[in-house]
Amino acid sequence: MSIEQHGRGTGSAGAPTGVAEAEPPAPGGPAGGGRPSGVRRTPLPLALLRNSWRQLTSMRTALILLFLLALAAIPGSVLPQRNINIENVNRFAAEHPDLFPALDRLGGFDVYASPWFSAIYVLLFTSLVGCILPRLRDHLRALRAAPPPAPKRLDRLPRHAVLTDHDGDLARIAAALRGRRWRVAVRGDTVSAEKGYLKETGNLLFHLSLLGVLLGVGLGSWYGWHGNLLLVAGPENAYCNTLQQYAESELGHRVDAADLPPFCLELTDFTATFLPSGQPESFRAETIVEQGDRAPYRASFSVNDPLRLDGASVYLLGHGYAPILRYTDRNGVSQTSDEAFLSIDGNLTSEGVAAFPDVNLDPVTGARNPDLQVAFEGLYLPTAPDSPPFTRSMYPAERSPAVMLFAYRGNLGMDAGIPGSVYRLDQRQVSSGRLTQIGEGKLLRPGEKWTLDDGTSVEFLGTRQYVTISARYDPGERIVLISSALLLVGLMTSLFGRRRRVWFRLSPAPADTTTTGRSSLLEIGGLPRTEYAGFADEFDRLVAATRPDPATEEGTD
Amino acid sequence: MAALSDQLLVVAILCYLLAMICHAVEYAFGTRSVIGRAAARPERARVLVGAGVGAAGGTGPADEPGPVADTALPDTALSGSDASVPAGGSGPYRAVLAGRTAVALTGLAALVHLAVLVTRGIAAERMPWGNMYEYLLSVTFVGVVGWLVLLYRRPTLRHLGLFVALAMVLLLAVAGLLLYVPIVPLVPALDSYWFVVHVATIAVSSGILLLGAVPAVMYLIRHGHDQGKRSFPYSLGARVPAADTLERLTFRLHAFAFPIFTFAVMAGAVWAEAAWGRYWGWDPKEIWAFISWVVYAGYLHARATPSVKRPVATWIAVLGFLTMQMNLYGVNIFFEGLHSYGGLD
Repeated sequence: MSIEQHGRGTGSAGAPTGVAEAEPPAPGGPAGGGRPSGVRRTPLPLALLRNSWRQLTSMRTALILLFLLALAAIPGSVLPQRNINIENVNRFAAEHPDLFPALDRLGGFDVYASPWFSAIYVLLFTSLVGCILPRLRDHLRALRAAPPPAPKRLDRLPRHAVLTDHDGDLARIAAALRGRRWRVAVRGDTVSAEKGYLKETGNLLFHLSLLGVLLGVGLGSWYGWHGNLLLVAGPENAYCNTLQQYAESELGHRVDAADLPPFCLELTDFTATFLPSGQPESFRAETIVEQGDRAPYRASFSVNDPLRLDGASVYLLGHGYAPILRYTDRNGVSQTSDEAFLSIDGNLTSEGVAAFPDVNLDPVTGARNPDLQVAFEGLYLPTAPDSPPFTRSMYPAERSPAVMLFAYRGNLGMDAGIPGSVYRLDQRQVSSGRLTQIGEGKLLRPGEKWTLDDGTSVEFLGTRQYVTISARYDPGERIVLISSALLLVGLMTSLFGRRRRVWFRLSPAPADTTTTGRSSLLEIGGLPRTEYAGFADEFDRLVAATRPDPATEEGTD
Repeated sequence: MAALSDQLLVVAILCYLLAMICHAVEYAFGTRSVIGRAAARPERARVLVGAGVGAAGGTGPADEPGPVADTALPDTALSGSDASVPAGGSGPYRAVLAGRTAVALTGLAALVHLAVLVTRGIAAERMPWGNMYEYLLSVTFVGVVGWLVLLYRRPTLRHLGLFVALAMVLLLAVAGLLLYVPIVPLVPALDSYWFVVHVATIAVSSGILLLGAVPAVMYLIRHGHDQGKRSFPYSLGARVPAADTLERLTFRLHAFAFPIFTFAVMAGAVWAEAAWGRYWGWDPKEIWAFISWVVYAGYLHARATPSVKRPVATWIAVLGFLTMQMNLYGVNIFFEGLHSYGGLD
């Protein structure tokens, strides 16, 4: 996928050879004059292979692959993606039960890891390599080679000038050109000069950097890892970096759970400020970090300001409230829950469950009675409305906190070994009658207590803040960043660089034009090899610079 | 200050509207128009002026009655060439005047446009790029500045201003009527210095790419016209600059904007690393930026490949423009993603 690929066929015999290069032949046409036509017979499979390789590395194929890549990326924006938002994928599956399996089989929910997407970019990068390697070779050769000899007819070049009465000092011309950073070769009575090699250097750098980016992305997916979790404030909720702690995690192919760097994190405080409209204004999480041999230290982080640890960074993704509920059972034993309630809207209306599986134990044996387990499902409203319905918070900060609780008693179904959400009750237990609701819902303000029908009670003590965080490590990041910077440099030099050539040829002047005793006629030709509007001016300046006496120009163009 | 900004927006739209009208006048009566050329070639005036009356009636505003009155004559006059002489004397001159007025009005509109952004920024105490309304105002401002710079360097492109002014009026009206949101401070996720780097470069590159679509479409029209197509969009081709001029301009604008766009995406990736923990996560906005980047890369490659015909390459540029539009509007409206700062619910 490199620029002007078709020019390659002609120049491959050696250094690029002059004018013929300026207009590359049509694709599929006969290769330029330089090479004898390949009549040597090649076995069919080899020929087939070679032809398919040529096809693959042709510009047309590269362009088609580019468009396929763009096209293939679209479904990822239309369909929910597993690696971005698994909940949305599940919701889609529930809403479109007939469409989902077919789309899923096609990889519609893992577009960027799907075989077809991979196939496109692997082919594209193969095409790219197949294209730039020969160009790299040609360019390295061109960098070492002298500028090509002058073509026979300089007057056929896009720019042309003739100076009569020249003093014939080619060495001075060569020096003037070198002074302008042209690469110069003097051959007998001609001077060849070329400039703008940086353009191709930039072009190659750009394409090689793309490979670097791919390498970095690959390294990241092999050796990187990340885990997301919800961290409630308080020392008893501190977590250490082990795989089991994460609610959701992903290890790279070459990463083992034992490779995770050791650190522990405790959320001590979280502050969020809001505008009167409810829009968040600022967040800050205060933590105590334990890592390695260092004494535990305080550190704070925020959105846009992650916590950088050795071998991982911790990012703040979200926040919310965890109501503290104390349940006192029939035996007078109290237990406290500070389970996080997940926010469901911008005003942080939060829903969740406080489950107490180990309550109402047999006072003698201490055995658990599976029919006397208790759970509270509820809504937490940081700013509850003054009157019912108590279903929506009015503001995200805790101006008038209240929790709306629904009590359940019976078998919570936690022993069945079926994983369930910790933010919702197991609805199968409710519908089968093994878990029954006790009374109506009840709104509790902080410090308020609700006594249930069996004399047990629940008390709303207050809330703790929680944060959702992501701990991540991506070793490919630096490579991607460096490659991107090089990519940009290469892109700019290849777009704004201009390759051009000039030739000077001395010949004895016809006798009648000699007026000042100088006896040479200097013919100058210029060839911009890429679009370059300013070439005419540059050419004229060059001509002027090589002229010994500014009054002898005969004409340009 | 916020109210001032809103009022200035109305003024800016009015200025662009007036500029558009003046451009239309020049378009209809200038030297490149049918009437103008009829005036320049009196021997063909009869036929052409007759045909031009309809067009003049359609586009000529009421405040320029002179040429319309002149051109209404030939059908009854015995000699068309006699009747067109006054048109040749006053029409093009007035048209040029209208064109210059249009440019001056565009310049004035751009100043007011800038004032809208500055007052909005002062009122919000931040850079005015926090939501789709402000972003669109910024992108269009870059577009109009780019246009004025272009015009300064290539005055012959002036009559393209009709399309630029039309686009400005439409886009600002969309911004003011559909996307408007009251001023609020930035959400914490946007509170970063990368905000300035990323959004500024994205706005500049989008503005120039947006502008680049104008000569691209004009080129396709002109090219079709040169090929002998005379149906509706191609019929406009007679009045636009030479095909290769437009094509080169298209390429230069894109070649200029593409590295800026590339840098902007990279700056976004660096910011995303700090804000969301990953430099690239296939968020809908990122996906469409990727698509645009790939399409524009395809354009630059196609443009540099001699075997790909220039109209084909230019179509790719137009496709790139469409993907940019999708990213600007479509993604904010249809998809749910991390870049949801549009202020639309």
